[in-house]
Amino acid sequence: MSVLLDGSSPLFWPLILALAVVAGFSIQRTARLDGSRWVGMLTAGLFGLWVVFFWEVLVRALDISRVLLPAPSLVLASLQDHAPKLWGDFVQTVLKAVLIGWAMGCGLGFAVAVAIDRMPFLQRGLLPVASLTSAVPLVAVAPIAVMWFGFEWPSKAAVVVLMTFFPMLVSTLAGLKAAGKLERELMYSYAASYTRTLVALRLPSALPYIFNALKVNATLALIGAIVAEFFGSPTMGLGFRISTESAKMNMPLVWGAIVVAAVTGSVAYALLVALERRAAFWHPSVREGK
Amino acid sequence: MVTMAKKLTSMQRFWHNGLPVAVVLFAVLVIWYVAAWGLNAPGAIERVLDEEAGYTQLELFEATMNMERPLMPAPHQVVVDFYESLTEWPVDSPRNLLFHVAVTGESTLLGFAMGTVLGLVLSILIVHSRTLDRALMPWIVASQTVPVLAIAPIVLVILGSLGFSGTAPKAVIAMYLCFFPVTVAMVAGLRSPQKIEMEMMHTYAANRWQALWMLRMPAALPFLFPALRVGVSAGLVGAMVAELPTGAVAGLGARLLTGSYYGQTVQIWSALVMSALLGLFLTGVVALVERLVLRNRGAV
Repeated sequence: MSVLLDGSSPLFWPLILALAVVAGFSIQRTARLDGSRWVGMLTAGLFGLWVVFFWEVLVRALDISRVLLPAPSLVLASLQDHAPKLWGDFVQTVLKAVLIGWAMGCGLGFAVAVAIDRMPFLQRGLLPVASLTSAVPLVAVAPIAVMWFGFEWPSKAAVVVLMTFFPMLVSTLAGLKAAGKLERELMYSYAASYTRTLVALRLPSALPYIFNALKVNATLALIGAIVAEFFGSPTMGLGFRISTESAKMNMPLVWGAIVVAAVTGSVAYALLVALERRAAFWHPSVREGK
Repeated sequence: MVTMAKKLTSMQRFWHNGLPVAVVLFAVLVIWYVAAWGLNAPGAIERVLDEEAGYTQLELFEATMNMERPLMPAPHQVVVDFYESLTEWPVDSPRNLLFHVAVTGESTLLGFAMGTVLGLVLSILIVHSRTLDRALMPWIVASQTVPVLAIAPIVLVILGSLGFSGTAPKAVIAMYLCFFPVTVAMVAGLRSPQKIEMEMMHTYAANRWQALWMLRMPAALPFLFPALRVGVSAGLVGAMVAELPTGAVAGLGARLLTGSYYGQTVQIWSALVMSALLGLFLTGVVALVERLVLRNRGAV
């Protein structure tokens, strides 16, 4: 074991090489396994573990400076040491700016889409403009948001609202058109009113589109809030932590903040997928996945 | 007669699609002016107008439209600043926006090219190797749900301590933002040929490379271009964000940051307009290439 941590030992490189062969072989073997989705994920999990293992060993044995690349154990230790600090950042960035901004942006996009559903003129006018915004770096409004709403979370939430609004608008408009002609004619033959058709047929069939936008927006919202904090923030928040601690070369804590952001993004995505499975259980795309 | 009818329909199409867009843009302009008036009024009353002597509403309106450092600059102020920065300074002066466009555009395009190549290579490897597919693909897909842009400061520190500065670190950040969408789309695209087509290549005794070049690659092109459009705009965001912590010397992101340091609102807004135009231009070029490449396929 001590050989593994001593880069100058003559046995070090042969040992690393042997371990690399073992790693490659084990990954190849698990990749050939057939079975459920979980067996498929096993290979990726194993690969991740090996990467972390080699990262740890090589960083320690070769004495790579912790500024360049801190060992995973250091990152973990710093996560533990600075847990209260990072929890504060999490509350500031995720629970306030991201969650509120995301909910408002998505809600607003959805509301506008439904509101202009019966106005084809406005749809034809808004849709091209809304689609073009995907090419525009909207995060760049962050300095203006900071000027208007101050350093606290409302300015970050404002950036997030702007970034999430358009994808939701475009997706909902597309989703409202997704109901089949046959179904719509059936509703018509029932003499269903516009509202009834909307609630009973068109909104449910728009759900996959809406969930897609919710998922894309979850990532966008995190990016927006973190980047907006690079432009100015109170002395907490994930983006603030990342930018100030990397200026102080305290890389373990920076990696810790990134781990928090990454886990948040993945968990949010997983939650939305689970929610979609419950809400749109009847949809072919969901049934296939089971 | 035929051409007449065609012309008429294209005219009609213009009225059908162009008019609503024009109306929406006009509405945005009106709202912008009203917002500028409303937001600037308190500041104008305090700083520009003489409260004791009194002022008319018209004077107030005029003051809000032409303030030095407005809370919200009026559209014409942005246009004037934008135009002056392009015409009154030489292209290599940092006061000219084109100078910043060149700096940001350079790192965006360099990163975009590297990211696309990396994405292509990786997707070809993944499609041909079950091990890589199983080991890497879930991580690449999962990375789409993670705010990877947050790693930008780390990349800058690491590359900075290795002695890289200037364009290279920014291009690296633009690269890794581009490469995720390209990889994911190309894996799907390279797998899109049907079994029957792959089997036909097999009966022709085509080897893997021939199957890749003649069947998989052409089949993947319609998947590639949407990813490139996403990638180039993501790369632009990456390049702009990468300019923030490096002392904000040059580039559109740096221009935004210095503008916010010194409260130069008009400067922020024209940099914002410029970055929007750059984003639209870059995706427009990709879309144009897409049309040229795919024009014989009847798909676009």
